[in-house]
Amino acid sequence: MNEEKDENKNNQDNKKTEQSAPSENKHVSQGRRDAIKAMATVPVLGAMAYGVYRKRKAESVNRNAASMFRFRSDIAPYQPPVSDAEVIRIGIIGFGIRGAQLMQALGFATPQYVENLIIQNKANPDNTRYQDFLEQDDLRVEVTAVCDIFDTYAQYAMDAGANIYREGINGRLGPRPKRYWNYKELLAAPDVDAVVIASPDHWHGTMAMDALKAGKHVYLEKPMTWTVPETYELRSLARNNPRLVFQLGHQNRQIEAYERARQIIEKGLLGKVTLIETGTNRNDPNGAWVYPIHEDANPQTIDWEQFEGDPERVKEYMEYMTSAGLAEYVGPEARDKFSLERFFRWRCWWDYSTGLSGDLLTHEYDAMNQILKLGIPSSASSSGGVYYFKDGRTVPDVLQTAFEFKNKDMTMLYSATLANQFSRSRKIMGHDATMEVGNTLTVTVDQRSDQYRQQIDQGIIKPGEPFYTYLPGQSVDAVSTATERYFAERGLLYSFIGGKRYNTTFLHMKEWIDCIRTGNEPSCGIDQGFEEAITAHMGTRAYLEGRTMYWDEENEEITRG
Amino acid sequence: MQSNQYSKLQLYSLFTLRVLIGWYFLYEGLAKVFTPNWSAYGYLIDSKGVFAPLFVALAENPELLSIVNFINIWGLTLIGLLLILGLFTNIGYVGAICFLLMYYLSHPPLLFAEYILPAEGSYLWVDKNLILLVTMAVLMLFPTSRIIGFDSLIFRKGLVRNK
Repeated sequence: MNEEKDENKNNQDNKKTEQSAPSENKHVSQGRRDAIKAMATVPVLGAMAYGVYRKRKAESVNRNAASMFRFRSDIAPYQPPVSDAEVIRIGIIGFGIRGAQLMQALGFATPQYVENLIIQNKANPDNTRYQDFLEQDDLRVEVTAVCDIFDTYAQYAMDAGANIYREGINGRLGPRPKRYWNYKELLAAPDVDAVVIASPDHWHGTMAMDALKAGKHVYLEKPMTWTVPETYELRSLARNNPRLVFQLGHQNRQIEAYERARQIIEKGLLGKVTLIETGTNRNDPNGAWVYPIHEDANPQTIDWEQFEGDPERVKEYMEYMTSAGLAEYVGPEARDKFSLERFFRWRCWWDYSTGLSGDLLTHEYDAMNQILKLGIPSSASSSGGVYYFKDGRTVPDVLQTAFEFKNKDMTMLYSATLANQFSRSRKIMGHDATMEVGNTLTVTVDQRSDQYRQQIDQGIIKPGEPFYTYLPGQSVDAVSTATERYFAERGLLYSFIGGKRYNTTFLHMKEWIDCIRTGNEPSCGIDQGFEEAITAHMGTRAYLEGRTMYWDEENEEITRG
Repeated sequence: MQSNQYSKLQLYSLFTLRVLIGWYFLYEGLAKVFTPNWSAYGYLIDSKGVFAPLFVALAENPELLSIVNFINIWGLTLIGLLLILGLFTNIGYVGAICFLLMYYLSHPPLLFAEYILPAEGSYLWVDKNLILLVTMAVLMLFPTSRIIGFDSLIFRKGLVRNK
């Protein structure tokens, strides 16, 4: 080899000086040359080591700067249900879109639904929803009673309740739950310990109150109430029955990142927060509540009279609408006139609905209430209209509501449209930094921050660039790599780190079930529910009346100022 | 095998290429060594093309994934060291070709494939992994480590005396 090399060199025009060395030195210098040639690249490793050292040192400065964003991991780890826990007997009221989802979260789906999951999985093995559903933990509950005023939905609910083995069509079934035509009969049943209420909004409060009166634990879909007066009644009933567990269906309470966001606020890392921006963007008929009308639906299969609502509630509604001069928003069809549109797409009319405020603002508000402990706003003003879905609806499809929290020097802005689905992040804006809140958190330090002045001047923090990113389930947070952020924002990291991804509705219902067994308080109980309901009502009233609504804290009432 | 007779320029070009690629592998490895909880999961799960199911299956099996992670972190580091030092370079080249082939097959620059991590260039069927892969084969066929590198010591004996 070396000879080859030497030959090689000899063939070249350029002569190397070593080549002409005296022959007595040849042996020694040859050895030295060999050694040099063998180890010629060792200094390269030195250069690499130096580069890595410099880079690591710079990163550790950054990491120290980020240490203020380090938290004890006090987010409770997932606790699987105890396998011999006492079985809780559940009654479900309302098996529409949401009711079916809640039942699935409890582990019960119709054989048809499971069959579809199996077919989807066969067609596309990447779709693992079937396996996920099979593997979802058994919460040790039994569905003993169902109530729906549409016969077909009631049948579906019974099918789901009987499908205890989570099998497809022609699979094994357990005992069929009993069907009740009226929810009051269901509440009177002795074999029901707890009820899940997923009726239209105008029934929420009434059914929850009747359930508490009947001594049942309650999981109530949001929004908590339809009218303002029932909000107070429900709260006092729940407070007077502390033994009964009341959970409001804001499953966002289970999003891990929100708890970390709360800690960031608590530590004052954003500085004084003055503005919160949240919103909803959707752009499809389903998202705009134009739900499909079932082919079996007709006056014979639907109990319209029960759908109309509780007379007491309807009276409260009409009293408010009349006294505030809002007759144009009532109806337009007579309440006792059967209508398939109104039955399936009830969210489009104030007669049954709470509009964007109740359906979607409540989720946003509850998230922020969880993170910032907002409480009820001091005032609310709204604007918007029916701008896109001119299908006869009375509730707006575009809505902006500004909530003022005077005692916190803060505004929360809610902005929604049902005719565009551009993704707008939720932002909590402080003097020192802005936090974007989703399944991940991103904190960006403000150029004009006082708190971080020194670090900005030293170049440790680059303002305007994401400084801290929280990726759920990561054992090490603080500074993460760009790659990790990419993956996490698309939900990839999450499912890996935790080993398993949990559906938030499942976790929220599990919390309710756990509280029934342990007597603990759930995360979205009656007080959080009261704040949610009053806030939403203030936004709604501000829209309807076209003027600012105020909260009189002392007398606990909504006023017109 | 190493019967090539290089001009000086040829030799140093090939040698420089070997060291630079070695550097690239070594730092890719070290960067992963120093990243807490580094995992190939996201990359694997984002695989496209005919072999995607295989790579996704690797990602979804925790035991296999931890093996993949280990091999990536230490494999890259080791290959980098071997190429820079010119030590057992053929092992390094074969290893590098295997890694690059896996990267290419899991993220082939297909006509309509879109990846989560944005590519740093524009590719159609041919990407830098593929080019690097062929470069490795070329380097293997035009070796330099027995001239500059530890291989020159290890494989010297037979050659020196044989002439």
